[in-house]
Amino acid sequence: MTAILSLDNVTQRFGGLTALDAVSLDIAPGEVVGLIGPNGAGKTTLVNMVSGVYKPSTGTITFDGKRIDGLKSYQIARLGVARTYQVVQPFPEMTVLENVMSPATFAAGNLGVEAAQEKALEALRFCGLDEQAQMRASELTLAGRKRLELAKSLAMDPKVLLLDEVNAGLNPAEIDLALDLIRRISAKGVTIVIIEHLMKVVMNLCSRIVVLHHGAKIAEGTPAEVTSDPHVIEAYLGNRYARKQAGEAKEGADG
Amino acid sequence: MTRVLPVVLVIALVAALPLLGDNYLLRLGTMGAMYAVMALSWNVIGGFAGYPSFATAAFFGLGAYTGAILQGAGVYMPLAWVAACLAAALFAGLLGLAILHLKGHYFAIASLVVAEVLLEITTSWTSLTGGGMGLNLPILRISVDAQARLFFWAMLALASLTLAMNWIVANHRLGFGLRCIRQNEDASGMVGINTTLYKVIAFILSAVFVGGAGALYASWVFYIEPPDVFATLTSVKPIVMALLGGAGTVLGPVIGAVLFLVMEELVWRNLLEIHAAALGILIVILIFFLPGGVLGLFKRRRKPAAPSRPLASAEAGR
Amino acid sequence: MLYAQILINGLVLGGLYACIAVGFSLVWGVLNVINILHGTFVVLGSYIAYFCYVHLGIHPFLSIIVSGGILFVLGFLVQAGLINRVMGAPVLTTLVLTFGLELLLNNGILLAFSADYRTVQLANPLGSTIIGGLVFPLERVVATALALGLTVLLYVMLAKSRIGRAIVAVRMDAEAAALMGVNVKRIYAVTFGVGALMAGAAGSLLAIVFPISPLNSTEFLGIAFVVCVLGGLGSVAGAMVGGLALGVIESFGALFIGPEHGLTIAFTLLILLLIFRPTGIMGRRGYE
Ligand SMILES: Nc1ncnc2c1ncn2[C@@H]1O[C@H](COP(=O)(O)OP(=O)(O)O)[C@@H](O)[C@H]1O
Ligand SMILES: [Mg+2]
Repeated sequence: MTAILSLDNVTQRFGGLTALDAVSLDIAPGEVVGLIGPNGAGKTTLVNMVSGVYKPSTGTITFDGKRIDGLKSYQIARLGVARTYQVVQPFPEMTVLENVMSPATFAAGNLGVEAAQEKALEALRFCGLDEQAQMRASELTLAGRKRLELAKSLAMDPKVLLLDEVNAGLNPAEIDLALDLIRRISAKGVTIVIIEHLMKVVMNLCSRIVVLHHGAKIAEGTPAEVTSDPHVIEAYLGNRYARKQAGEAKEGADG
Repeated sequence: MTRVLPVVLVIALVAALPLLGDNYLLRLGTMGAMYAVMALSWNVIGGFAGYPSFATAAFFGLGAYTGAILQGAGVYMPLAWVAACLAAALFAGLLGLAILHLKGHYFAIASLVVAEVLLEITTSWTSLTGGGMGLNLPILRISVDAQARLFFWAMLALASLTLAMNWIVANHRLGFGLRCIRQNEDASGMVGINTTLYKVIAFILSAVFVGGAGALYASWVFYIEPPDVFATLTSVKPIVMALLGGAGTVLGPVIGAVLFLVMEELVWRNLLEIHAAALGILIVILIFFLPGGVLGLFKRRRKPAAPSRPLASAEAGR
Repeated sequence: MLYAQILINGLVLGGLYACIAVGFSLVWGVLNVINILHGTFVVLGSYIAYFCYVHLGIHPFLSIIVSGGILFVLGFLVQAGLINRVMGAPVLTTLVLTFGLELLLNNGILLAFSADYRTVQLANPLGSTIIGGLVFPLERVVATALALGLTVLLYVMLAKSRIGRAIVAVRMDAEAAALMGVNVKRIYAVTFGVGALMAGAAGSLLAIVFPISPLNSTEFLGIAFVVCVLGGLGSVAGAMVGGLALGVIESFGALFIGPEHGLTIAFTLLILLLIFRPTGIMGRRGYE
């Protein structure tokens, strides 16, 4: 199966800092891939590069058979790559409906006002935000604003959706709702890359997990493979703990 | 449509002003229409897109000189006006491509300084512009009353055109996109808005009719000189008018222009030496007591917007 | 030899430019406010120096204390009473507000002192001296030395004093500074006052060099713009480099293109820099 999104040897430098270091990654259509790693690992940077905020220092990014590195963010959005922000980015003075109408108007083909409104309402219903449609975006709760981000990206009819910590700051009940929502989006056939700190979420949703550490890809595989990988444990917990774990595993095998 | 009809009626009523046969009133009307053109034009880039442009004087002066030079070379007056519109639009397009990537204060300064540079160039290029001595325009061979009517109607037509342009923009995806850009430019790219293109279009729209107004003004007063048409105040006044009426609305700038004109005539004409100070006081009152403009008084009182620190840059900086 | 002389003239001018701009840059950097009043503050400083000399016989080199003090108070009051209320509002609000205040103040000065140019005629001028064939106009040289000295003093004040550290902290992160117990609004007012103080002091020094008139304010403001963009916003060192650079560029521009085009050259440079290198020739730096 050919990848819908692939990064080939992508490096991003900021001055002296290498935020992403020769990362290669292939994502198949319909997959839900988890992207994990400690703070500062370069996860947000990866999303920013794919969505056109930065142009990679070196390397290429291909989406749907087309090179997209170096394209502007609006071009990438129109091709069908949507992203949410770790720090939510609404249009604060507009209503929730207008917020969601904006991608429907500008990214999802040339829709007129009525069609855009219809599409926006559909996305709002899908995300359970239709009751708040006439509220100002700045009046929503944090959970509401996170769902607004999701609704905005859905209204673009994306092929690939990049979710940057959509659950950060939510309580367990809200997280369960969000999980359900993401599962339903995936069921529509949308390919999802999700950045997440909560292992519960990642283990639940993802068929495959990619681990970044200091800008480099250090592991990749099924949730079970990744969580037992000593490199990953080392990255997260420091190497003393990793050695101890490895030792225990060895003892277990010996005994 | 129900909101368009009253506006058309008002314009028609104003157009009947010459019936009163008072040339002083006609002069005021012409001034008011010119102010409306400038305030409405600024509204597109400053009100809708939220870019603090101080370039109005540059477009106005450029239009005035384009019109004056062409008329001096024998070009038919209305054609010279059209050419002035085009010159201002072209200039704004190129300037916009160069400086619209700047944000906030940097953009404001760049746009402010452009008029100064044009002023200096015009003053130095004596062979073309007459330099500091200014430029005389060909005299029209019609009666004084006919002239007063002609320029009044022409300016009013231009103002109506600018108003129509604002109305169309506000109700078109361009206006929607510009509002997105004003509230969050980074997110605008992510929802598929070609922000560069939209901003440049907005900048061009904020220039085209101002260029025309400059040319009309030159024809109207028969004589222009650089400090007159490139004055920094020409950039500041339209902003004050738009804020006075309500920036980012369609009718606000018109209301602001009329109020401004009335104040200018009533208060300042009699107190010439404190003209600038009076404007200063008006600005201070406006900022502290009328932040949403006159139209803002009629709207539901909105909570003050949160400090507009761009979230994306905060995120990138972490 | 001619070039060396022009370089010296440029540096002498540039020191004064640095002094004009450093207060403007400080306010912009810390408050994120462009103070359109700045040019008129400089003019006011010049008038204070003029009257101090004419009526009290205080030499302009000494009256920087008077003009700096008066302008500090004025600046502090303007910020505390007016601008502080609109901090955090969109850029346009503070721009238009300071524009309005500038119209008011400048008009006031115009009414009080008229637009006529006045000059400080020193009773015992130092004249000039010739070293190795180069002419050093002593008044100007001392004025520039004082201007640069004041700028360095500001730098030291920001780095060493308690209030200076508070200003730097507010510049870096106002919210964090507030959490650490800094009264941010007070610091804003003090910073604005210090900006005005530097403008007033610069005005005093300029009184010996240039004729004084309210009409000069636009030019001084323009110089502050250009120096800030040239040196990069927000550092004392940047203002110093930017000021000296502008002085030298203007002197050579006057030689090659004509003396009446000084400001045009500066503004053209400003626009080109903004287009191609908005962080200034030194790159963006903080008030380290
Ligand atoms: N625009 C930028 N300029 C400079 N450094 C940046 C920028 N964006 C991110 N970084 C740096 O890149 C590294 C990776 O950051 P990020 O991608 O946000 O990490 P994560 O999302 O995995 O926590 C961090 O060290 C961060 O400081
Ligand atoms: Mg992140």
